[in-house]
Amino acid sequence: MRPFQYERADTLEGAVKAAGTGGATQFIAGGTTLSDLMKLDVMRPERLVDVNPAAGGPAGRIEATKSGLRLGAMVRMAEAAEHPAVKTDYPVIAQALQLAASQQIRNMASLGGNLLQRTRCEYFRQVSWPCNKREPGSGCAAMDGVNRLHAVLGTSDACIASYPGDFAQALVALDAVVETVREKGGARRIALSDLHRPPGDTPQVETVLEPGELITAITVPAGPWTRRSLYLKIRDRDSYAFALASAAVALDLDGEVVREARIALGGIATVPWRAREAEAALRGKTMDEAAATAAAEAALAGAQPRGDNAFKVPLAKQTIVRALMDAKRMET
Amino acid sequence: MNSKRDHGGLDRRGFLGVGAGTAATLPLLSSLAGAATPPPAPPPDPRAATNVTLRINGQDHRLAIDPRTSLLDALRDHAGLTGAKKGCDHGQCGACTVLVDGTRVLSCLTFAVMAQGREITTIEGLAGPGGALHPMQQAFIDHDAFQCGYCTPGQIMSAVACVQEGHAQSDADIREYMSGNLCRCAAYPNIVAAVRQAKSEMEGA
Ligand SMILES: Cc1cc2nc3c(=O)[nH]c(=O)nc-3n(C[C@H](O)[C@H](O)[C@H](O)COP(=O)(O)OP(=O)(O)OC[C@H]3O[C@@H](n4cnc5c(N)ncnc54)[C@H](O)[C@@H]3O)c2cc1C
Ligand code: SF4
Ligand code: FES
Ligand code: FES
Repeated sequence: MRPFQYERADTLEGAVKAAGTGGATQFIAGGTTLSDLMKLDVMRPERLVDVNPAAGGPAGRIEATKSGLRLGAMVRMAEAAEHPAVKTDYPVIAQALQLAASQQIRNMASLGGNLLQRTRCEYFRQVSWPCNKREPGSGCAAMDGVNRLHAVLGTSDACIASYPGDFAQALVALDAVVETVREKGGARRIALSDLHRPPGDTPQVETVLEPGELITAITVPAGPWTRRSLYLKIRDRDSYAFALASAAVALDLDGEVVREARIALGGIATVPWRAREAEAALRGKTMDEAAATAAAEAALAGAQPRGDNAFKVPLAKQTIVRALMDAKRMET
Repeated sequence: MNSKRDHGGLDRRGFLGVGAGTAATLPLLSSLAGAATPPPAPPPDPRAATNVTLRINGQDHRLAIDPRTSLLDALRDHAGLTGAKKGCDHGQCGACTVLVDGTRVLSCLTFAVMAQGREITTIEGLAGPGGALHPMQQAFIDHDAFQCGYCTPGQIMSAVACVQEGHAQSDADIREYMSGNLCRCAAYPNIVAAVRQAKSEMEGA
């Protein structure tokens, strides 16, 4: 691992100041992404600004009100997953967190850091391989390599890496917003659906955040669909594995008729993927298996499998159908 | 025996610490220039050892370590506590699980400098006074919950926390909340049985 300077920040403002706007500084929260990738020499920060001391302030709190949910960026995954209001009123969020990683990692990892976790593409993680995300212009070893875990939606000629997380899908489905602070330009609010950038020609640029921009909180608006919501995650093993395919769904039903559906997909796309075509296909329809299947077809219409990952197309469709039917049956 | 080992680590690394200390006196030179605003001090050497105090199993350990040192390496190589194991060093196996302020975490993904001021508990700190085994340790023996034993310190630390969190309500619950600890020997059924036994003892006590 390359040497780095280590600094602690007691407040979020202090952290932003300490980080400055140079690209060589990284915030460190749980460190579960960062220290892993530093050991692999994939991430090479010259300075780490430890934001954990700020967890004692608002950034470490969860507030649930009538208008919605506010999750401090320093809240740990385990704490949010077990928060009573999150579990009852936003089950899709609690489940997405609960089904991620292991209890040890959930105890360490922060919600802000979770959103910014990096892909698990093995070629990205091993510096001996060409990888446009790690080393722009070097090529993409996954394109014609072992790409079973890679994305079928949102890909480009430069990169097909899938976004590995779960939590962001729940947030995208519920129209969440991240609040940030910057040293120059101050605070801003970014819709979660705008936070992550599809790879395009610049897979190395993964989010719209500026260097030194700190996520302080995540807000989730209340809505009639948040209680009838769930996260379905399909994996190679029952626990402690990344998603092969996952669906975050939320339904607002009028009897059996869909007033509003929210669907986001994981494991199969380069970014947390909001399936708006599938939502549109469901609106006004009776929520049955045929409607769910039509929605799933719409969601995957643009899928571009590449070799080993072709199985993800039918798998994702089945995941959507099951998630929707399970959500319909939920008692709220 | 422990404290002897600590001194070994401290002396060897403490030497580097002295080097870092003298570097800090460099800015004195700038006063010779007599300028009102002295030139900025050279950036500190990121490789220089830094002094950290880790509170491990109720005892303070003063260590001079490179900031890159993981908590796992600090425990094993500097504090002489080799109970926590390095399976993968990447957060994937759980062999390095320790408690920090009573919460189970992975010491391989924790930088030691970030664990200052926290209460760290390792497998060495689990037994009671006089060496009486913790109910979880005894249960692992009773149920033969290991073969090679490499994953066992991590399994036991994780299991203690699992019970304390209230996540050992059923066998399915135990399996789910112990999934962060892999066992290459696949002693899983016996581990579940051990956790179940220790749970009733820990809660009865
Ligand atoms: C074995 C393993 C299995 C896993 N399985 C899953 C899984 O199934 N599902 C899943 O979703 N995740 C999984 N993860 C990923 C894990 O959830 C993330 O590593 C974790 O959430 C990252 O949070 P952190 O606080 O540790 O981030 P850090 O490692 O501290 O930081 C990650 C990045 O975010 C930046 N950052 C951190 N906080 C902020 C902030 N507030 N503002 C701006 N930037 C910030 C850092 O600078 C860094 O670049 C797994 C990880 C491992 C090691
Ligand atoms: S898929 Fe993306 S991350 Fe993986 S090797 Fe190709 S460019 Fe790199
Ligand atoms: S050594 Fe830490 S999880 Fe494997
Ligand atoms: S006992 Fe051998 S790895 Fe678990």
